[in-house]
Amino acid sequence: MVLIITLVSLTPLFLVSGIILYQFHVSYKEKVYDHLGELIQKHTQNIDRFLKEKLADIRFLAETFGFEDLSDEAFLRDRLETLQRDYGPVFVDLGVVNAQGLQVAYAGPFKLEKAVYSKAEWFKKAMNRRFFISDVFLGLRGLPHFIVAVRDNWKGTHWILRATIDFVAFNNLVENIHIGKTGFAFIFNTKGEPQTKPFSDIMPDRKTYMHFLTRTEPEKNRINIVEARDHSGKKKIYVSSFLKHGDWMMLFQQDSSDAFADFRRAMGVTVLILLLGVFGIVTTALILSKKMVNRIARADREKERMNEQIIRTGKLASVGELAAGIAHEINNPVAIMVEEAGWIEDLLEEEEFRKSANLDEFARALKQIRTQGKRCKQITHKLLSFARKTDPRVQDVQLNDLIAELVELSAQRAKYAKVVINTHLKAGLPSLKASPSELQQVLLNLINNALDAMEKTGGILDIGTRLEGANIIIEISDNGPGIPEPNLEKIFDPFFTTKPVGKGTGLGLSICYGIVRKMGGEIEVRSTVGKGTTFVITLPAKGGAGESPIHRRETTERQPPRNHHTSLTNTPPEQRYE
Amino acid sequence: MNDKKEHLEPVQLLLVDDERGFVDIISKRMGKRNIEVTKAFSGTEGIRALRGQDFDVAVLDLKMEDMDGIEVLKLFKKIVPDMPVIMLTGHGSEQAAREGIQFGAFDYLTKPCELEDLIGKIHAAIEKRR
Repeated sequence: MVLIITLVSLTPLFLVSGIILYQFHVSYKEKVYDHLGELIQKHTQNIDRFLKEKLADIRFLAETFGFEDLSDEAFLRDRLETLQRDYGPVFVDLGVVNAQGLQVAYAGPFKLEKAVYSKAEWFKKAMNRRFFISDVFLGLRGLPHFIVAVRDNWKGTHWILRATIDFVAFNNLVENIHIGKTGFAFIFNTKGEPQTKPFSDIMPDRKTYMHFLTRTEPEKNRINIVEARDHSGKKKIYVSSFLKHGDWMMLFQQDSSDAFADFRRAMGVTVLILLLGVFGIVTTALILSKKMVNRIARADREKERMNEQIIRTGKLASVGELAAGIAHEINNPVAIMVEEAGWIEDLLEEEEFRKSANLDEFARALKQIRTQGKRCKQITHKLLSFARKTDPRVQDVQLNDLIAELVELSAQRAKYAKVVINTHLKAGLPSLKASPSELQQVLLNLINNALDAMEKTGGILDIGTRLEGANIIIEISDNGPGIPEPNLEKIFDPFFTTKPVGKGTGLGLSICYGIVRKMGGEIEVRSTVGKGTTFVITLPAKGGAGESPIHRRETTERQPPRNHHTSLTNTPPEQRYE
Repeated sequence: MNDKKEHLEPVQLLLVDDERGFVDIISKRMGKRNIEVTKAFSGTEGIRALRGQDFDVAVLDLKMEDMDGIEVLKLFKKIVPDMPVIMLTGHGSEQAAREGIQFGAFDYLTKPCELEDLIGKIHAAIEKRR
């Protein structure tokens, strides 16, 4: 059951969380990619523009002044100073190279006058094009730099104006691209050589960037974003973009964990909440189902007990009916026997028998028949009183007679239980207004309970009556094992029993309680474990009707303080049923 | 027994009870006590006897096989309203006896009863009638 409850409550939770997380992940990834792509594109354009601007400057110079003017080193120096004034130290030097590769004029910090470039790769390439921007190389000066060159014509031959771009200034452009903790950009040429200052520790794998360099032509025109693992197995996002007409490639790399840091955090919180929810649901399911199972088990036990009690009550009723039937049947023959004996007595009074020697013996025998017949009658009466439905009709009852009758009825049982029954009945008690059968039921129940309690060890059962003002007090005390205090509170509750299942109905005392209350009296119990139990019934004597005879406080004061005392009723005025 | 009563006119009693043994022996013992008993072993017999003779008093068992005792009582009261009727009931069925008193019965006794008690009630009923 726990499993089912847990599954039913968790499945939607997991589904919803999963879907939301997935959607969130997808859209977040899109957002990150868009952002990175845009950024890289912007920077690519920036760098492209930077290169174009530098090229345009050199071109302007070449086209405006021509080979003659620029061959003058003083003029060339002048131009370099102007450029450096306008753009800062981006332009390192300027040089004019003729078609044979000889630098005819040079302005700059290095000693490169008359340098021969005929073998230099950049020179060969620049001679074939109007404009040329070289890759980064060390060249004659031994420092990384690159060259912007413009080819022009003078008197039918090509000449070249070249400018060196300061590598540091260019590098700064790329170094400025820095996102998060691990997001850096690099530029490579088509051979995969870095064109910016390489940070060895965070350089992308050659394998990785070579993969991007081998892109096909159409792919070079747009931004490529790929997530892949590097050699150390770390997941990284790579963004590639081509510049300089496809000669160079800008590659941006960032750790995925860094790029998705916010998302990871949000996910962490979500998972934590989810786990807490799961824990809550599982715990609740466990507790609830345990509670429910307990409740059902308790209800089952209760039901079983009730069933047993119903069966038992039913059995009692049918046994009672049987007994009543037999008692009725026996009554008539016994009556006839007694009357026949009486008839003989009548006849013996006649003259002819008076002289008989055995007259006394006849008389004794007949008297015996009569006595035994009366005894039979008493037995059947008791049986019938016991078995029939209680008669709630209120009559004048002589309590002492009733008790004496009950003691007689219980004598046999008491003998078996080794219980001595003592009675202290106050003579001359006023009669009670009560239903004799109900009162009998109450007393018999208390006597039987006492006998049950002392059955194992034997003991003494004291039954006493006395008069207190307008009330008649009945005390039934045993010296049995007593009732523990927690049970004392519940003793008059219906179906409360300490007897083994099947032995007691748990109804006896609650019925007693009901009857005594109906009579306008009260029933109390005091008990000390190990010493015994005393039930005290207080009933208004006849004529006490309409008075409110018993006050709870009064009765409470009577109790010895050491005993537990439960007072059960606030006595209503006497009730009559007729 | 009571010598005074020996010389009086015998009391005419109608005893209605389906327990023959009981009726027979009671009749004999009553006869000795100056009570002349007419026996009826069912409600129907009782009513027949009532039509043929006047009685001073009737004793009626409430539990008989052919008719409910209360019904017999009602018929008795219809035929001879001023004849007192004493009812006999089983132990524990006093309810029916009380009902009988509402319908005009004089008194009731629980069966089996002492002969002396019954005779006492019979005389009390006759006393009251006078």
